[in-house]
Amino acid sequence: MSRIGAIFQELKAKNEKAFIPFLTAGDPSLEITERLILELDAKGADIIEIGIPYSDPLADGPTIQAAAVRALAGGTRMPDVFALVRRVRPQVKAALVLFTYVNPVFQWGIDRFFETAKEVGADGAIIPDLPIEESGEAAAAAAKHGVDLIPLLAPNSRERIAKICEEAQGFVYVVAALGVTGVRDTVSEDLPQLIASVKEHTDLPVAVGFGVGRPEQAAQIGRHADGVIVGSAIVKGIGGIADALAAGDSALAEQKERELIDFAASLKEPLRSAEAPL
Amino acid sequence: MTTAYPDNKGRFGKFGGKFVPETLMNALEQLERDYNHYIEDPDFQKQLQYYLNVYSGRPTSLYYAKNLTEHLGGAKIYLKREDLNHTGAHKINNTIGQGLLAKMTGKKRVIAETGAGQHGVATATVSALLGLECTVFMGEEDIARQELNVFRMRLMGAEVVPAKSGTRTLKDATNEAIRHWVEHVEDTFYIIGSVVGPHPYPMIVRDFQRIIGDEVREQIVELEGKLPDSIIACVGGGSNAMGIFYPFLHDESVQLIGVEASGKGVDTDEHAATISKGLPGVIHGSLTYLLQDEYGQIQPAHSISAGLDYPGIGPEHAHLADTGRAQYVPITDNEALEAFQLLSRLEGIIPALESSHAIAHTMQVAPTLPSDHVIVVSLSGRGDKDVHQVLDILGGADR
Ligand SMILES: Cc1ncc(COP(=O)(O)O)c(C=O)c1O
Repeated sequence: MSRIGAIFQELKAKNEKAFIPFLTAGDPSLEITERLILELDAKGADIIEIGIPYSDPLADGPTIQAAAVRALAGGTRMPDVFALVRRVRPQVKAALVLFTYVNPVFQWGIDRFFETAKEVGADGAIIPDLPIEESGEAAAAAAKHGVDLIPLLAPNSRERIAKICEEAQGFVYVVAALGVTGVRDTVSEDLPQLIASVKEHTDLPVAVGFGVGRPEQAAQIGRHADGVIVGSAIVKGIGGIADALAAGDSALAEQKERELIDFAASLKEPLRSAEAPL
Repeated sequence: MTTAYPDNKGRFGKFGGKFVPETLMNALEQLERDYNHYIEDPDFQKQLQYYLNVYSGRPTSLYYAKNLTEHLGGAKIYLKREDLNHTGAHKINNTIGQGLLAKMTGKKRVIAETGAGQHGVATATVSALLGLECTVFMGEEDIARQELNVFRMRLMGAEVVPAKSGTRTLKDATNEAIRHWVEHVEDTFYIIGSVVGPHPYPMIVRDFQRIIGDEVREQIVELEGKLPDSIIACVGGGSNAMGIFYPFLHDESVQLIGVEASGKGVDTDEHAATISKGLPGVIHGSLTYLLQDEYGQIQPAHSISAGLDYPGIGPEHAHLADTGRAQYVPITDNEALEAFQLLSRLEGIIPALESSHAIAHTMQVAPTLPSDHVIVVSLSGRGDKDVHQVLDILGGADR
């Protein structure tokens, strides 16, 4: 069983739900990303999604776009992200999942991408612009090298759900809202129904992302899903660190970093003793 | 053997496809079904013909450029006058088609991306005509450069939304349009402006633009009693080129030449020569040639003409380049500027800076060809939109 599978199994035994934070590698520097990964792991992150910064992130809203701009400006490229994963892997218990758009994977080479990912210790990959119709080669390479290729599923996937679930590895990433990444005020009322219909097609864990920004929302989603993914809200906190550093205020940057870690802990908290649905 | 492209996966050879977020997949499938239905629907065809003819002024003429031909002293040059369309460019052929499709499928709202504003204007125009609500995404940089087109769109009731991400030009306006579509996909029709984007768009836009080539075929046979020997068109995303090439793809005697903008030169960092300098990769949902670095980060393009300032190219062109059926050649900013002035002076036709690239290549090859060699050049648009920019560059000197 993959590390991702084992983590979900262990959580289930404890009636806990997975907390899955996202950050962009190299935002605002690789050194800070490395430290944040260790701190998130210590505060109970079960899986950490590490974004490979990209010039044209189609599925991302302004917050995560800005993170990519900062990381690229700092010079972070694919090999740096692999090196980062290699460094942190032995120090964390969380599973590590790479989040990347398809074009950088093409340029690196599809087979080589999954080979390298495995070699540095990544457990999974998410490629948001690679729908099932186009994912054959990547899925084969991922399976060959033992990396989970985690698919996205949207509120309007409808009759596509069965096929997506059939191909899924690791877990199914349910997109909570139509639209790009970004914090939203409310959780869609249709979400429990969507999760239920996904669960009809697969025994894999289901994690929900896009829009989650507060502990109450995490709690609400945790009642139905096996995991909660938090991207923009975390990245916004990192933006605060970046701004403070850019202004030369290292004391403020340290304070922002503590706030971010406390915030992350507050997101995991309601997932530790998740109430079962009914 | 002739192969009909795209195949059922939306591929032109190895290029094309649908590399988009899952949220859009059902919408693209629905669009394909709707398109396949309406393209066969007599009522749709009747309305399409009506607006193309009576509203836009088709067919456009195929004009024998006698003065230019004599000046260059070689091949016989015809200009396909897409500049005579309503709004001054070929873009409206496609927006009438997609606008009608939006209307017939019950969508009340359309969105579009635009670079210089030509496709935005053509979309705003059709939206006013058909009573559709229209939002156009335009790079913040381009909004500043193309004030007049922004005002035109607003006059016709469109909302113009600045794209503030990335390089704040066409590439980013397209990103913003796609991001917006992901969020509003249930009630919004995305009118893409060129033969780019995920399947079925490259096919749909090509089919709506093929009227250019279909008319040329009829006109040239009437005028010359034969097919043209060469067809030359500028290529941004590649819609005017695909439109004029497509009906001739299986006529091997007809040479097809796409002209890319090489900006300050293909050996500089400032060009838009996608086929000459790009590598296969994914941009805006399609596998094609694009300008990128070794790690797949998309590189900004440069051209004097905003309509060619795009780091990608339609996937069907990528395929035609790979198979050798069409050739793609570079033309610099300066060469295009020369052509802009020459055509104005010799023929009394001010070409768009985009189309000036096709004219510039014609100026290079025509003198080397015999007088019975017939060239048809796609004059994709008129240059009124560009005179201010050219005035700034030439400094108003009396040349
Ligand atoms: C007059 C004109 N020609 C050509 C183009 C380039 O587009 P395409 O390559 O799709 O024909 C544009 C785009 O704005 C244009 O306005």
